[in-house]
Amino acid sequence: MVKPVYTKEEILRILSVIPDPEIPVVNISEMGMLRDVLITDKGYEVIITPTYSGCPAMGMIEMDIKATLEASGVSPVVVKMVQDPAWTTDWMSDEAKEKLSKYGIAPPLHSSCSADEFSRNVIQCPRCESRDTVLLSRFGSTACKSMYKCNNCKEPFEYFKCH
Amino acid sequence: MKEQQALYKYALRLGDNALIQSYRLSEWCSNGPILEEDLALTNFALDMTGRAQMLLTYAGKVDGNGKTDDDLAYRRKERDFYNHLIMELPNGDFAFTMARLLFTSAYEFYFFNELKNSADETLSAIAAKTVKEVKYHMAHATDWVLRLGDGTAESHSRIQDAVNELWMYTSELFETNEADAVLRDKNIAVDLLPVKEAWHKYVSQVLNEATLSIPAEGYMHTGSSKGIHTEYLGHILSEMQYLQRAYPEATW
Repeated sequence: MVKPVYTKEEILRILSVIPDPEIPVVNISEMGMLRDVLITDKGYEVIITPTYSGCPAMGMIEMDIKATLEASGVSPVVVKMVQDPAWTTDWMSDEAKEKLSKYGIAPPLHSSCSADEFSRNVIQCPRCESRDTVLLSRFGSTACKSMYKCNNCKEPFEYFKCH
Repeated sequence: MKEQQALYKYALRLGDNALIQSYRLSEWCSNGPILEEDLALTNFALDMTGRAQMLLTYAGKVDGNGKTDDDLAYRRKERDFYNHLIMELPNGDFAFTMARLLFTSAYEFYFFNELKNSADETLSAIAAKTVKEVKYHMAHATDWVLRLGDGTAESHSRIQDAVNELWMYTSELFETNEADAVLRDKNIAVDLLPVKEAWHKYVSQVLNEATLSIPAEGYMHTGSSKGIHTEYLGHILSEMQYLQRAYPEATW
């Protein structure tokens, strides 16, 4: 039996259906977590990187990668997590930022975070696009988000912090 | 001391600092003064758990005896933990927790900024990740110390008491041991002198702005690099390691 051979591009395309477990409107590729695929004579190695050190979704992402590839007949698969270079919101695609915004999460502005990020930046409301918004809490339901309120439409919303 | 043993101790100590600090911050879960604060403190705890996991995994790998991060976190005794004493002190009131977070996050910010340049690739990668997260911890602690110090008479006296009590645990952060010496020669460990200077400058500036006085030079606690701890670490471990001690063969 001839073993099917997949190219790196094909593998990446198969994997791009896997959603971020905590923000299901974007996939792991758009988020910048899927870094590379190495094809060796021993099999396929998928390189991923966590958004935050304590990101609890990494275990699930690893399982999803293995299950998705195995379902497509790709094996054997090893998932490797790397820390270097450290993930940054700069790696999020414009498409992902657009999807976040439609989902109700204001996308990150840029990656050059500094201590005064919150006092300096104006975050636009993803619902009514008003710039009259106020920070409620720097920390939210997940490590990557903070909470804002829109003074115009009065709705609360989340902002994906730059990282 | 051989390089491998020094590196094991070094990674272990950094991992223990993250683990024990994370444990203390987690105790605020559902006890924060407001919901937003509860979220902030547990967010920090999560960052630190992740960092502990990376560092203890690495320590286990360097050690080479097949120990996992869980083995190191849950199956070591008090005397084999090397976290700095300041990390294990009970949370006290909110002011005490914030004063400690200011001291430890500023330390970590300058420390990991230096460790980014380490000749050890794993440590430098973990450091780069950590710096991004610690920035947020430090900004948050700074805001609260300013707010409490420059707030009411009650908040001022509470945060000043906290600073006074914690001060004697701060010089231990800049002590070096044999592992540091071995790894400094290889450009793996951080030179703590510039870290100390930067820390002092930042902390003094925040305390001044918060109208708080900087405690006078006095007695300084030490011991953690030899595994000698305050009475509090044992209590943390007895709770944290309960499951693994009660059911040694338990698996997921």
